[in-house]
Amino acid sequence: MSQVAENQSPLQPSSQHDEVVSPWLDAWRKFRKNKLALFGAITVIFFIILGILSPWIAPQGINDQNMANTLQAPSSSHLLGTDDFGRDVLSRIIHGARISLWVGFLSVVGSIVMGCLLGILAGYYGRWVDTIISRLFDIMLAFPSILLAITIVAVLGPSLQNALIAIAIINVPNFGRLIRSKVLSVKQEEYIMAAKAIGMKDSRLLMKHILPNSISPIIVQGTLSIGTAIIEAAALGFLGLGAQPPQPEWGQMLAESKAYITTAPWTMIFPGLAIMLTVLGFNLMGDGLRDALDPKMKH
Amino acid sequence: MLTYTLRRLLMLIPVLLGMALIVFFIIHAIPGDPAQIILGQQATEENVEALNEQLGLNEPLYVQFFSYLGNILTGDLGESFQTNNAISEEVWPFLAATIELSFVAMLIAIVIGVNAGIISAWFQNSWFDYSAMLLALIGVSIPIFWLGLMEQWAFSVELNWLPSSGRENVRDPVEPITHLFLIDTLIQGRLDQFVDVVRHLILPSVALATIPMAIIARITRSSMLEVMKSDYIRTARAKGMRMFGVVYKHSLKNAVIPVLTIIGLQTGLLLGGAILTETIFSWPGIGRYIYGAIDARDYPVIQSGVLIVATMFIFINLIVDLLYAAVDPRIKYH
Repeated sequence: MSQVAENQSPLQPSSQHDEVVSPWLDAWRKFRKNKLALFGAITVIFFIILGILSPWIAPQGINDQNMANTLQAPSSSHLLGTDDFGRDVLSRIIHGARISLWVGFLSVVGSIVMGCLLGILAGYYGRWVDTIISRLFDIMLAFPSILLAITIVAVLGPSLQNALIAIAIINVPNFGRLIRSKVLSVKQEEYIMAAKAIGMKDSRLLMKHILPNSISPIIVQGTLSIGTAIIEAAALGFLGLGAQPPQPEWGQMLAESKAYITTAPWTMIFPGLAIMLTVLGFNLMGDGLRDALDPKMKH
Repeated sequence: MLTYTLRRLLMLIPVLLGMALIVFFIIHAIPGDPAQIILGQQATEENVEALNEQLGLNEPLYVQFFSYLGNILTGDLGESFQTNNAISEEVWPFLAATIELSFVAMLIAIVIGVNAGIISAWFQNSWFDYSAMLLALIGVSIPIFWLGLMEQWAFSVELNWLPSSGRENVRDPVEPITHLFLIDTLIQGRLDQFVDVVRHLILPSVALATIPMAIIARITRSSMLEVMKSDYIRTARAKGMRMFGVVYKHSLKNAVIPVLTIIGLQTGLLLGGAILTETIFSWPGIGRYIYGAIDARDYPVIQSGVLIVATMFIFINLIVDLLYAAVDPRIKYH
């Protein structure tokens, strides 16, 4: 394919296919060389598989209790020990992977959708729409994010679903600002003016030209945000404002383990390790994606 | 500089107004009747109605908002449903506890973070650089509440070196003056109590410091690396200036701006993290105050508590912005 491109005269436009594929392929090549990013991606994939296959690979069910076997130290029958209800900690961590990843992923998708909508409105229509939306973002960012999440959950009532909603809301400004600045810069491009001149509709212009131009920063920011969202969900769970017992959400498991810190530290050590590894994976992968897709974003 | 400071202060007004508005509407979006919740299920309809009247909850929302706003401006933050005390009077001990904890945590984060970043940049690609950056990478991924629990387990339960909760020895409580116990104990010349307060501070402040420390170290390193490549640094070296002076005098001065920005941002995040840290270490701070209010559905406390923390965050960022000018005379404000 590259040979074809070389043989073309400079006046002949290269095929559409060639142009669309090459930047992604290029990014993948860069990503592949980055060992830390690969490690992150593998960790993330490992936990995703764990989450998807959890009903089949977990040695025990989510809430299989065994009151004769409570607070057992790690052993060959319970690799990571058992908790105060005699439930297998390893099994609960495996089941919890599904919850944490699900919350992280869904809340970030929610933030992206809301952020895109508001960001596009602000960037594309400008003037008072922009002023209102941008000020709203400024104000939201003026709150420490976990505090805002706690307030929202305090109002909606503690549950996993409400924690997810709260986390999605607090992360909207991050994406909204990103899209807004992207829209503003793309709007100035000559091809947009040309498209406008030939009578392209706003909606089509947005979908065809402006959104595709914003995809790579969204991917990068999204990956990094999943890590943060998982920590935030766990924090809410830990405070009793997110997932409720007996759900095996990792933060919720940590909250339960607090009472057994002297007698059964393994109920505390392993769920925390699971959170840390997952978040580390997303952070490394996000950093790697940023270097590969959008080197200018690096600060 | 003075006009710039004034202008920045004026620009805060809409942000503060907006914050008050958002918090107000979030709190008032709560389903159910607050008066009913306060009085419980057994309350008669007349009692609920009377309380609604007393709390002004029968007024239209915008009237409630403006009277709330007027109250804030006169320093009236409302009354706690639980204690019936004015929030503005009872909040200070909690606030002081959080300020003390956050200040010490930020001090630890800055001193260790900046120095680790400098040394990493100075000896780029050395074992120190690699291990410091690996630790920093782990540091940004650690859930702070888990780190706190691990510290408690290791240093209080297993090693029994440090107290695991609270601010002071309950059998020998500090006589509060400012409620900043480090200062109070020193004023009273109670060195034994001072040591005790410090021992209580170590675990929570280290937990709270970890994330900002990691981020500060990473930013300092990359900012220093950039500066150390520049010509005037090479000139300084060529003139035979000692490396220590080059690094700590010439480079640091120019690398400090991004570091300051991140310190400002992190201080705000620290206030959020303080809520989690305070829960683990039973630290009687503003986070505990708000969290306790959520449990009791004490809405005035939630509302005012959140607003106080958010206002602190905004002012910290303002101070950081103003510090830029002090550090970097090239920055001119118009």
